[in-house]
Amino acid sequence: MKLSLEQITHHYAGMPVLQDISLSIPAGEILCIIGPSGCGKSTLLRLIGGLERPDSGEVLQVGEPPEGCLNPLTYVFQDFALLPWRSVGGNISLVLEDHGIRGREADEIIEDVLARTKLSDFRKALPRQLSGGMKQRVAIARALAVKPAVMLLDEPLSALDAQTRELLMDDLLALWTRQPFSGVYVTHNLAEAVRLGHRIAVLSRRPGKVREIIEIDLPLEERHHGHARLDEVQAHLWSLMKQEAMAADQELLDV
Amino acid sequence: MSDATLAPSGQIPTRKVPFRGGGFRPVAKRGIGFVVFVVLLLVIEWGTRAGWIGNLTLPRPSDVGQTLWGLAESGQLWVHMQPSLTRLVVGSLLGVSLGVAVGVLIGLFSYARAGLVPLVAALFPIPKIALLPLFVIWFGIDEASKYALIALGTFTPTVVSTYGAVDNVDRTLIRMGQSFGLSWWSIVRKIVVPGALPGILSGLRVSLAIGIILLVAAEMLGAEYGIGAYILQAGSLYDLEKLFAGVVILSALGVLTSSGIGLIEKRLLRWRA
Repeated sequence: MKLSLEQITHHYAGMPVLQDISLSIPAGEILCIIGPSGCGKSTLLRLIGGLERPDSGEVLQVGEPPEGCLNPLTYVFQDFALLPWRSVGGNISLVLEDHGIRGREADEIIEDVLARTKLSDFRKALPRQLSGGMKQRVAIARALAVKPAVMLLDEPLSALDAQTRELLMDDLLALWTRQPFSGVYVTHNLAEAVRLGHRIAVLSRRPGKVREIIEIDLPLEERHHGHARLDEVQAHLWSLMKQEAMAADQELLDV
Repeated sequence: MSDATLAPSGQIPTRKVPFRGGGFRPVAKRGIGFVVFVVLLLVIEWGTRAGWIGNLTLPRPSDVGQTLWGLAESGQLWVHMQPSLTRLVVGSLLGVSLGVAVGVLIGLFSYARAGLVPLVAALFPIPKIALLPLFVIWFGIDEASKYALIALGTFTPTVVSTYGAVDNVDRTLIRMGQSFGLSWWSIVRKIVVPGALPGILSGLRVSLAIGIILLVAAEMLGAEYGIGAYILQAGSLYDLEKLFAGVVILSALGVLTSSGIGLIEKRLLRWRA
């Protein structure tokens, strides 16, 4: 299944936040969206997953989601969004229950996704007992449990400290290499974008428009820290973003 | 610091950084509440025995104790407790369950909110006791009017605390539920209600205390037995020992319900830090 955005324009209280965005997300590829703060990247992600309705333009699913997919468009949120009153296992079973998956079948799925995110020993723990990195791994496990066609990741590492971020980035890469998934990854961190993105869409400051789409023709498994090609792309991204970021920083909020 | 730089040369003034944090964080101290009770009672006992608290001002705590003991021994205590407890349980169960339901509706639906919030605001400040005659006409002089009075009294505070609690449920959790395609009913049952539970339970403390207050009012209506009836009877005879014995029972009831809710909180809200 492929996603295609057609000329999306969106306003908040009369202020244009997104203008004429057209993008496509082919199966098995990760598209990173970067831009200065307030450029509407998170709004764009909410539009893609149907949590908000665009003022004009549309988001199209092209083709059928793969078989066994319970929730084609699945989010991983910046603040994890785990139910604090449910254990790790309970948080995952939450998204299965509504599809009528209970008992042994649910157990198997939960075991499997917990193993893939290295959380098998924490099935009974409550969210408050977990560190930030672990919480986000639970959220990723929950997303994997519904076998999404496209993962929508909204700054998933931004609430974590630098070391944890690095570890989780490796985990995400490993997950993708084991079983490629399509994804839209919104971030303001250029290093994350060049590590994980097959393509990187750079948005301008408000109203967000696509300034440039950069393709990185290096397989994900060959990308590591300090790779010359990645540094080059990152430097280029920064040169694109710097002016925008500076201008965005000077803007008043809510004018 | 200016005085540091002005200090005589050759000697660098060295001071310990004063501690400025701490406080503003009450912690649980076991037994202190009990000690306050005991000290207060001892002071009153001493005062009434020594004579600087008049006989008509306050009864002797030991006499009140004796009256209570007598009540318990003669079996009269249960005769009064049983109808009162039934009224309290039935009335507040009705009021609280209806209140939670209406509160959740107000929390979830714009029309319910627009229509019912002013109504609840109008009902809340009415002294329910003033409506006693009306309740008698509507529900008769029997138990039904007593249940209705307690139910109405516990209903309004429960509604207010419930919809406040629903408003405070983390919206990102609800978005999460929607993003995973959970049904409306699942979101309400598994996200909204558990998320609102802490607020609902703390509102329940207030509601049940109001229920106990109204119990006495309800028993002004032709009740032969009941703690409220017992207090009113003692009051009209200026029998202070009996009056205070009844008041002690009501207070104990209040402490009991409050600690009961505390227990429920401990069990249901274990997920909180």
